[in-house]
Amino acid sequence: METLLSNLALGFSAAATAQNLLYCFIGVTLGTLIGVLPGIGPLATIAMLLPATYKMTDPTSALIMLAGIYYGAQYGGSTTAILVNLPGESSSVVTTLDGYQMARRGRAGPALAVAAVASFFAGTVATFLIAAFAPPLAEVAFKFGPAEYFSLMVLGLIAAVVLAHGSIIKALAMVVLGLLLGMIGTDVNSGVARFSFDLPELSDGIEFVAVAMGMFGFAEIILNLEQRENREVFTSKVGGLLPSGEEIKQSVGPVIRGTMLGSFLGILPGGGAVLSSFSAYALEKKISKTPERFGKGAIEGVAGPEAANNSGAQTSFIPMLTLGIPTTPVMALMVAAMMIHNIQPGPQVMTSNPTLFWGLIASMWVGNLMLVILNLPLIGLWIKLLSVPYRVLFPAILLFCAIGAYSINNNVFDVFMTIPFAILGYLFKKFDCEPAPLLLGFVLGKLMEEYLRRALTISRGDPTVFFTRPLSATLLAIAAVLLVLVFLPAISKKREEAFQED
Amino acid sequence: MQIKNYRDFWAGILFMAFGLAFVLYARDYSMGTAAKMGPAYFPTMLGGLLFVLGGVITLLGLGRSDKPVTVDPTGWREIGLILLAVIAFGIALPTMGIIVAIALLIWIASPASHEFKVRDTLIATIVLMALSYFVFVKGLELQFPFLPKFLDR
Repeated sequence: METLLSNLALGFSAAATAQNLLYCFIGVTLGTLIGVLPGIGPLATIAMLLPATYKMTDPTSALIMLAGIYYGAQYGGSTTAILVNLPGESSSVVTTLDGYQMARRGRAGPALAVAAVASFFAGTVATFLIAAFAPPLAEVAFKFGPAEYFSLMVLGLIAAVVLAHGSIIKALAMVVLGLLLGMIGTDVNSGVARFSFDLPELSDGIEFVAVAMGMFGFAEIILNLEQRENREVFTSKVGGLLPSGEEIKQSVGPVIRGTMLGSFLGILPGGGAVLSSFSAYALEKKISKTPERFGKGAIEGVAGPEAANNSGAQTSFIPMLTLGIPTTPVMALMVAAMMIHNIQPGPQVMTSNPTLFWGLIASMWVGNLMLVILNLPLIGLWIKLLSVPYRVLFPAILLFCAIGAYSINNNVFDVFMTIPFAILGYLFKKFDCEPAPLLLGFVLGKLMEEYLRRALTISRGDPTVFFTRPLSATLLAIAAVLLVLVFLPAISKKREEAFQED
Repeated sequence: MQIKNYRDFWAGILFMAFGLAFVLYARDYSMGTAAKMGPAYFPTMLGGLLFVLGGVITLLGLGRSDKPVTVDPTGWREIGLILLAVIAFGIALPTMGIIVAIALLIWIASPASHEFKVRDTLIATIVLMALSYFVFVKGLELQFPFLPKFLDR
């Protein structure tokens, strides 16, 4: 407990410098600003703004700003969901259900306020959870050899597939394709430039940002343009922000339950925030005495999922910070950002860069506080932003993405690289394949190969090493159980229900 | 042979093609052994796995059905204009500068929207040019020319 407090004190002293407070503020503001725009989720937002942090000399500030962008965008997505019935990102899909209905009844203000306060509460709890659980987890991570790391990544990818929605076998194929695309570039061991088509730019591999922008940014824009529907914005009827006494009473339980559920699910690999919000909604509906109110503007349906997706978004930092393994595409971007600043994510970060580690954690709380303070008074501004028509918005998004891709290496090659991924992302969407698993595989590809190589070198080519080492065997067993479970008819039906939007 | 789900069918074909392509391309590199993995080892394993998964997905898409799941029509106009806009931006940026690149990107991309309006797009162009100047050229000092090279003194 004492070390926890002294660690947090160190963190707050790092996060509360004028410079870092400023970066946190910029991050949260920019994140919300772009996150509010419909059709761009946190991933595209971070990818777009990542280049802005390249020039920063202090990696702590860079990460603090990126983290700020992340939960800013997350929060901005909820605002859009409530006001336009258009989820900014997949984790706020459920918020559209009751949030938008509240807006139609003239209760948009309270819905937004409850979402903000629920997120803040969840963020506070999640910050402490990270501070409490990260050190012991990192201890475990130090016992990991290559075999354990490999098995852990297998588990991570399998869990990501199981927790994602849609067809499991397609998601598996997407993961494998991602791993393969990650192989492109120079093989660290032999120095051979693999699958590079003799292009010198490809010898360093494909830029993650180009993949993310093509598949999430551009493909999404094309698909949005194809659907020629007009959206309705509730700009005039936002009304007062203060929820009524009854609304507050109804929200307390869902917020607490949502926070707990989200914190737990967020640690699991693969779209923690999405699953958290869906499950929190299902839970609230199930235990409610008046389930018929859900879908018609029940405040519980906003409070629970909003708390859950925020705590889930934050606890998803735990595996990234302690094991160095990104479990969501957003965390993969965080890893990319750390690498740019020459920090290899993993359990050693806590001891080698304690200021960065604890500073980042403390900044999460600071950022959440800023979000509440910033968002409630600025809701009017976000509404104005929402009334900007998509016909003007999408060229701007396109432009920022293109400039972002260029600025990775100051080379137009990365701009052109987004094209094949835009086409691929578009095709996969048409074929009902979720792009997120591909991105995870893409990030983990080279790491997995390296750990597999080391494990097999140590065991002299004996593959049983993965099953004879107890920790590795346990991890693989969990992965196997997950896969078997999800193919059982009873469970697969439940899983489909969990992702049903009603 | 009938297809009941065209989305599965084509997704599977696409995965098989990728799997096969990686396996074949990996033949250029040395395979090595499990204890001494060569650069082709892991990609060949994965490519084979992807081929098998793709095959299963394609098979799952086969079967009889009165109402087969079809792939939504392709929006050639939207894809074409958006991708063309990005390509034009990439070609123009190094020599013609950011201002020309922005104009090209916006005016090629904007007509992809069915509610395209000349006036709105004109305003957007001016705002984005000004914004880019202050944020990217002055603020972040990104490395690209501002005006076409022949105009820049």
